[in-house]
Amino acid sequence: MHRTKVKVVEEALDANNTIAQANRSDFDRAGVKVINFMSAPGAGKTTLLERVVADLPGVRVGVLEGDVQGSMDADRLASLHIPVTQLNTDPSFGGECHLDANMVRSAVPSLPLDDIDLLVIENVGNLVCPAEFKVGEDTRVMVTSVTEGEEKPLKYPLMFRACELVLINKIDLLPHIDFDVERLLYNIDQVHPDVETILVSARTGEGIDTWREWLVRLATREGAVAAG
Amino acid sequence: MHELSLSSAVVNTVVKHADGRRVEVVNLRIGRLRQVVPDTLDFYFDFVARDTVCDGAELKYEIIEARLRCNPCAEEWGIEIPHFRCPTCGGSDVEVASGNEFEVESIEIGEDRPEGDLAGPQDSEQEEAECIAPR
Repeated sequence: MHRTKVKVVEEALDANNTIAQANRSDFDRAGVKVINFMSAPGAGKTTLLERVVADLPGVRVGVLEGDVQGSMDADRLASLHIPVTQLNTDPSFGGECHLDANMVRSAVPSLPLDDIDLLVIENVGNLVCPAEFKVGEDTRVMVTSVTEGEEKPLKYPLMFRACELVLINKIDLLPHIDFDVERLLYNIDQVHPDVETILVSARTGEGIDTWREWLVRLATREGAVAAG
Repeated sequence: MHELSLSSAVVNTVVKHADGRRVEVVNLRIGRLRQVVPDTLDFYFDFVARDTVCDGAELKYEIIEARLRCNPCAEEWGIEIPHFRCPTCGGSDVEVASGNEFEVESIEIGEDRPEGDLAGPQDSEQEEAECIAPR
């Protein structure tokens, strides 16, 4: 029996990237800057948003909340009187571990794009998959926390390289744990030289003003932003 | 477990190029930096490919080692642990020379129609058909 070999040579995620571009065009047209916000589960994404979204001077923010199941995080944010849209990945084959461009596409009609300046897409907690799937964002921000270990950048280089800003959360715990912040910063610099970092504690509020100012700067930034 | 989504991406790409013909082998080129586990991708692919032209097809892997290149000093190095600072000049203008690939390189179509029907794909410049050795 013969087989015929057919050359393809195509990036398998091209289809995702095309849809991401369509999302991006919709966001651009509405003048909305978009952050793809990522971290491991439990690093503090939602809490870091809670600390700032209700008080961003001159910036109207909305959140697209991605979760495998449930609306706990969306409910927390909605109680701050900002528009929150829930996107569950559960219906697709047992629950995807990340958002892809198509899922975000399905949510675009329900986003209040005319009423916001900044959309934060809170991805599913995961350090591998979200970094691979563009969803139409201007930029990517990740959270790592000091309870996760200093070597995470070396283990998940794609994620750390994909981001423009790395928030290092839970620094209020530093007196209680063996964690070397300098070592983490060194490792981040090895995989993503010169990436911006902010040390924060969502609990005590340390560093939160810097995080807030960063968001305001992004929302008012002109033109396209590098998305890694 | 990004392999589930990646397997869907592979199936979609293959279906687009298979033009309705049954696919027996999918040749993939995957960079080390993509952190793909072939066994896991195989596992999901078996499910996702059901009821498509890829049903029962075999995935073959070419794993591309990761190499980085410093643009100013042209130093190139391979990585086990990723260091994106140039070991020679310490600079940060470093790019991934290889290792980020996630590519369907080619597909192998089963010949279950008369020879004349296998004239190859009709519509795309980037496709070329060639016969490989009989099994």
